[in-house]
Amino acid sequence: MSASIAARRGSRWLPELAVAVLLVGLPFGFVAAFDTVDLLSRILVWGLFGIGFDLLFGYSGLLSFGQAAFFGTGGFVTAYLLTSHVVSNVWLGMLAGVVAAMLLSLLVGYLALRRVGLYFAMITLAFAQLSYFVEDSPLAHWTGGENGLPGVPPPAIDIGPVAISFGSGWGIYALIAGLFFLGYVLARFIVRSPVGAVLAGIRQNADRTAALGHSVPGYKLSVFVLAAAYAGLAGVLLGIFQSYMPPGAFDVDTSGQLVFQTVIGGVGTLLGPTVGAALWLFLRDELQQIPGVGSLWMFILGAIFVLLVTLLRKGLYGSLVAWWQSRIAVPAPQQRQAAMQQRDTAPRVTVRPHQSAAQPTPPSAAGAAATPALEARSLSKNFGGVHAVSDVSLTVPTGEIYAVIGPNGAGKTTFLRMLSGEMSPSGGRILLRGHDITGHSVTAVNRAGIAKSYQINQLFNDLTGRQNLRIASLGRHRGALRFDVFRAADSIPAVEDSIADLIDELGLGATADLPVSTLPYGEKRRIELGLALATLPSVLLLDEPLAGLSPGERQDVIRLIRRLAQGRTIVLVEHDMDAVFALAARIMVMHLGRPLAEGAPAEIRRDPEVRRAYLGGLKAHAHA
Amino acid sequence: MPPTAVILSQAFSGFAFGTLLALMSSGLTIIFGTLGFVNFAHGAMFMLGAYAAYVVLTYTHSYVAGLIAGALVLLIVAVVLERGLLQFFYVRPPEDQLLVTFGLSVMLIEGIRYFFGSDSQRVSPPHWGDGIVNFAGIFYYPLYRVEVIGIAAAFLLALYLLLYHTSVGLMVRAGIEDRLMVGLLGIDVRRMFLLVFAVGAMAAGVAGVIFAPLSAVIPDMGTPFLIQAFVVVVIGGLGSFGGAIVGGILVGELLSVTTAFNPDYSQVSIYLAMTAVLVLRPRGLFGAVGRI
Repeated sequence: MSASIAARRGSRWLPELAVAVLLVGLPFGFVAAFDTVDLLSRILVWGLFGIGFDLLFGYSGLLSFGQAAFFGTGGFVTAYLLTSHVVSNVWLGMLAGVVAAMLLSLLVGYLALRRVGLYFAMITLAFAQLSYFVEDSPLAHWTGGENGLPGVPPPAIDIGPVAISFGSGWGIYALIAGLFFLGYVLARFIVRSPVGAVLAGIRQNADRTAALGHSVPGYKLSVFVLAAAYAGLAGVLLGIFQSYMPPGAFDVDTSGQLVFQTVIGGVGTLLGPTVGAALWLFLRDELQQIPGVGSLWMFILGAIFVLLVTLLRKGLYGSLVAWWQSRIAVPAPQQRQAAMQQRDTAPRVTVRPHQSAAQPTPPSAAGAAATPALEARSLSKNFGGVHAVSDVSLTVPTGEIYAVIGPNGAGKTTFLRMLSGEMSPSGGRILLRGHDITGHSVTAVNRAGIAKSYQINQLFNDLTGRQNLRIASLGRHRGALRFDVFRAADSIPAVEDSIADLIDELGLGATADLPVSTLPYGEKRRIELGLALATLPSVLLLDEPLAGLSPGERQDVIRLIRRLAQGRTIVLVEHDMDAVFALAARIMVMHLGRPLAEGAPAEIRRDPEVRRAYLGGLKAHAHA
Repeated sequence: MPPTAVILSQAFSGFAFGTLLALMSSGLTIIFGTLGFVNFAHGAMFMLGAYAAYVVLTYTHSYVAGLIAGALVLLIVAVVLERGLLQFFYVRPPEDQLLVTFGLSVMLIEGIRYFFGSDSQRVSPPHWGDGIVNFAGIFYYPLYRVEVIGIAAAFLLALYLLLYHTSVGLMVRAGIEDRLMVGLLGIDVRRMFLLVFAVGAMAAGVAGVIFAPLSAVIPDMGTPFLIQAFVVVVIGGLGSFGGAIVGGILVGELLSVTTAFNPDYSQVSIYLAMTAVLVLRPRGLFGAVGRI
């Protein structure tokens, strides 16, 4: 294990090194084959464009069909500033182009990111089309309309005796390759950083990422603007490379070509788009030479694209990378079996003399006793005319386990969703240690100290248990929104210690390093609980934590809940009556959205109304 | 301020274009509503309809034959694509569905380009569409453009009757509300999906046939139309039939009337309207709460 970690550390810079070697070596091959390095320059412009897009689509799951807007804006702002001599310093003009693309993306992102999925793709496409028409007509005086802007000058370095112009051929290649390398290195840093971990969380389950205290809108907008910066820089480089900025940069086909190249090469690989661009440009240039087939080059690319999307979603380069990784890694089933065995021989749940690993900071002693940890005052929720929850109040002192029971449809889950901030109440107030948190977002509520584990697992399925817990723990340790891109996600000692303790406490053992999707249900259930715990909540909301577990697993989790209750407040919704009566200090019975009774377990057991409405109809072990 | 006659004439134009856009968008919207995916090949299907009209009208000069051919071609294309490929994408993430229809759209466009070239083809309006209508001496208008409104409206009405006055339509609408439940009720969801995809594709194809005599027929002609249909459904609310009609006419009018004032802002205006809707009513004018 430690040897493999050492090997991984040693190969940390291997991809960067390989890219650097290729960027220096490949152009000689291109010159030998095509007499010019220009094709490679063009590939790298698209590749740089694609690195930004891959951060957006491949890593964050945001499929934009409108990247042309930023590509064109970057290119045209620079081209205009330089050709009209408003700015004489070429470097400054380039910077202005990139900044302009980022500013536009801030506006487009603010509007488009209000919607997700298909809507997001359609809206970005529409805004790109808008920018095309704005360039074409109202701004034609500055942009040249459909003629574009010729004569974009190249930058130069001129320090006394040293004067290098990045004009054409090798000069412009050096500039493009240098910026491509910087762009790649930066993207690698981001992907490995805590920011990259949160983006992966957003891609797989944005709602849960928000519930773990991360500002999902903030990260989405940030990565959108970042992708626009890459697009803008690529557009700037295109104008300089061609000495001409074409209006086609804004065209919907530009956005389409980028999506094509990225998917063909492979999403989530950073270099996939460059491979896709190479294939695209090569087919375009070479296939066109062949009579009869030439005009079909786009059709062939389209067919390749459809085939890859259908059968090889990882793309060409992505599949190659995956194949390589599977060769050097231990075969997955074998690894899984070994991990399971190790877990089974280890004690299920470590019973520890000292305090629980995920212990919250204890509330200040003075006044803590007087102020209840959690208070709900006549909470209500209506859906249209349906009163899902009406006039439910509760007061839970610190350290108490409070259970909410009732038949299905009683409004328990809705009630819990209001407490966790997932749903804002139609009426009533929620107080956390005396502070009003009514109507706060789920992210704000989590940051205030309430975490929920869900009835249906809400995990990041492609990631390992450890990575799942890391996303949760990062929220607590580094705030809702932070751009710490120059450190690795797994390099924060406080986070790693807390995850390691949690893995111990949950009895996950070596299964923690397997992808969650490959784990059995019981393990997933414990990771679900672990995600909530990793945010170190002072109030823990548990929505049917025992659902679907075997009797043995139930006993483990019941013991765990009891231990977690030390210094922490727990609101529990559960159908397992044995568990509820064994754990809870007080119980509320809900029926048809209203509280029916509240009291100590013994009182509830005796309550005639409760017996009639709920318990009476069920045997002690029934799980309604 | 342009003369009133110009504005009126443009408003009329906008209405004609709007009904076509509504027909196109209603196809997009029912496919989304039932199957849950946005058909990026919808613009290419529109283009196929126009080429079907071009071929059939060139040889038969029968407009009705053109309409039937447009519908038939799209029926075949839709059945082949849905059975052969798209049915395997219902369980995949929405992004994959979007990508595969995008790839199909490129193949359709490039396939047509291979056979017909990139040159624009002309389709003449039907003989009963020749002539000029005099609108009370205020403005004059080509007869076919007046008839377009009636033809597109007739197809919209047929679509409406199919959706709202047949048992099949009831199933489709129930499917839009709750796909899982309809499946649980024992309705063959697979056949319903195929039906809806075919009907939606045929709506695009018929819109293409009707549009063919009004414009140059080229392989790329569907793309701007597709993007305008996106604007329509964002404004009207994706998945809403009424939204597609109101949004279509609204976008048609905006495009056309703005031209009377300043053609530079004609295209820009519809995106500004879309932005306004996104800010003020993100789910669209008629969109249901909670659906995407």
